[in-house]
Amino acid sequence: MSTPIIWILIPLIIGIILFFIRRWYRITVLIGAIVALLLGLSAIVLPLNVLIKLGPVAFKINASINVLGRTLILDDQVSPLVALIYILAAFWFSAAFEARAGRMFVPIGLILIAIGIAALAVKPFLYAALFLELGVLITILLILPPGNHPGRGAIRYLIFQTFGTPFILMTGWLLAGVESSPGNLELVIQASVLLGFGFIFMLAIFPFHSWVPMIAEEAHPYAAGFIFFFLPLLVLLFGLNFIDQYAWLRQSEEVYVALRLAGVIMTCIAGFWAAFDRHLGRIMGFASLTGIGAMLLAVSTSPSMELFFAMQVPRALSLAVWALSLSILQRRAFKIQPTTINIDPNNHPQNTTPTPKESLRFENIHGLGRKMPLAATSVTLAALSFAGYPIAAGFPIFQAIWRNLAGQSTIYAVLALIGSLSIGIGCLRSLAALFIGKRIDSWELNEHWFSATFLIIGNLLILILGLFPQWILPYAAAISKIFSQITASPLAP
Amino acid sequence: MSNLLVLLPYIAILSITITSLGLLTARDWRWFIVLLAIQYAGIAALTSSALPLEMAITKMVTGWMSAGVLGIAIASVPSSWRLEGRFWPTGRIFRFLAALLVFIAVFTAVPKLVELLPQTPLPLLNGGMLLISMGLLNLGLTAQPLRVSVGLLTVLGGFEIIYASVETSILVAGLLAGVNLGIGLIGAYMITAPEMEQEYE
Repeated sequence: MSTPIIWILIPLIIGIILFFIRRWYRITVLIGAIVALLLGLSAIVLPLNVLIKLGPVAFKINASINVLGRTLILDDQVSPLVALIYILAAFWFSAAFEARAGRMFVPIGLILIAIGIAALAVKPFLYAALFLELGVLITILLILPPGNHPGRGAIRYLIFQTFGTPFILMTGWLLAGVESSPGNLELVIQASVLLGFGFIFMLAIFPFHSWVPMIAEEAHPYAAGFIFFFLPLLVLLFGLNFIDQYAWLRQSEEVYVALRLAGVIMTCIAGFWAAFDRHLGRIMGFASLTGIGAMLLAVSTSPSMELFFAMQVPRALSLAVWALSLSILQRRAFKIQPTTINIDPNNHPQNTTPTPKESLRFENIHGLGRKMPLAATSVTLAALSFAGYPIAAGFPIFQAIWRNLAGQSTIYAVLALIGSLSIGIGCLRSLAALFIGKRIDSWELNEHWFSATFLIIGNLLILILGLFPQWILPYAAAISKIFSQITASPLAP
Repeated sequence: MSNLLVLLPYIAILSITITSLGLLTARDWRWFIVLLAIQYAGIAALTSSALPLEMAITKMVTGWMSAGVLGIAIASVPSSWRLEGRFWPTGRIFRFLAALLVFIAVFTAVPKLVELLPQTPLPLLNGGMLLISMGLLNLGLTAQPLRVSVGLLTVLGGFEIIYASVETSILVAGLLAGVNLGIGLIGAYMITAPEMEQEYE
């Protein structure tokens, strides 16, 4: 028995089995969430390389396995990260049924997480790019459920993510040359450019970001939110491996300057777009882009990677609550809209049934907040938390990012702050659209009690984490030790 | 026989030039699938000079499987192919002229690229860059799932030709085969998804 079998092969097999029994929707969600939670807990409690005796049976759990001449390693150092990823996955899976995220959501999600863990485990780590590409390919099933036409967002997502892989693989080959002759400036520049292009494509960094709001509009909000959370996280962990492994990258001030610049551009521009969009899903998409920017800022401004790991918990919480609320609102908007009949100027009745894609447009949600007040309030609170507003879960992290950034560049700090403020503007506009209708409807609580329970728990967690960050965030921050070289480097920013 | 082996890379380059041009201009999906299959034979022929023969043949078989999957998908939903727009900028003449420009650019730029990738033989670099450029051109002109899948497979095929000269790991070859097959399968899914029964809830 070895850790790659437990944390990669078993979830992969269970994911495949769940895929084939997905007609039993509730059961697949339940099994997926429990399996993810158990795998997360096993990563905390299982002792590695120690003889375990269970009655007459004795066995040892190894940390590595050989596959086709290469090694997959998941040792003690990585297991806290594995635990974090699986527990966050369990958190996402648990509300999948309430969000009606699709029968494929949990099986494909579990397979994606298994592939992501394989990407963390493979040595040499450069091959992780191929695992991530495989992960991207299967997420198309989440974005494009059966019975739907592939939208431009899905196609663009597939193209841009696929473009990133060759760049990363070629960089790996060039880096070997850089390691052997670090003084070769030409080689260093070539490797840096290729690496930069690879991550620009994979992280949806401006100007290759367009698929994010498109998918947020086309796909189910919960499936989109899941991808927006896990994919950038896995890609950035892969990127941090580069910085951790290669001394010339780690010790280069230019690398951190470039990351900081990309982070500020992402937060500021995406925040600006979020402020003026008229589709609730697209606003979440743009906010996710600012989230990627914030992660880049956390990596480039923090003296260690603690901020980066600590921010994953509030990020997951805010995005999951946001996506769940949007799913509930979308279902309701889609359900009530077909009854709307417009009379055109020639007195011909026209059915204005919006598609699921259109049902989250401002014009289709007017007054919906009065019918679904909990979901509408949750959208607002989750969005404010995601943007780092006070007393919500994201605030302690964003405050630290802004403080660190201000120490390095005041202009950058102001721009990052503008990005977060812009999401707040988008949030206020959404709130206005949700609660102001053409006619004054009475207030009703139409959320199903189970959905309401999830939303209330989510909102409470957002507030509790904002008020008492010391309860959870230090544990997440401690995971940063897996990048021992970065945290030990005196030249890190 | 030895003369044929010397000529093999050049025959392969000629074949992928013709197939990539055909993939850009073809309007019948049957031709599309046949040309993709021939293109993979060309890719295998080129990579065989840098990789063991069995690994090169694996690339060809994977490509044929992807082409087969895409062919079956489009044959079951021919309407998705008919939906493709035929307005003038994407017409055959435009595509042919664009391809001509790409050919000129590639064969002009490759001698300079040799300085960046000195261990990659010139025929491999020519073939690889040609496929990457033609794949990009194909991707830039369409949003039809079959053409997008073939465009991505063409770009990846070009990359694999160049990468074969610097990386010979079996795991990488296996993962790249998985990615190729995955693109074929996802392409097939995108073609057939609109016709599938919706899964409610």
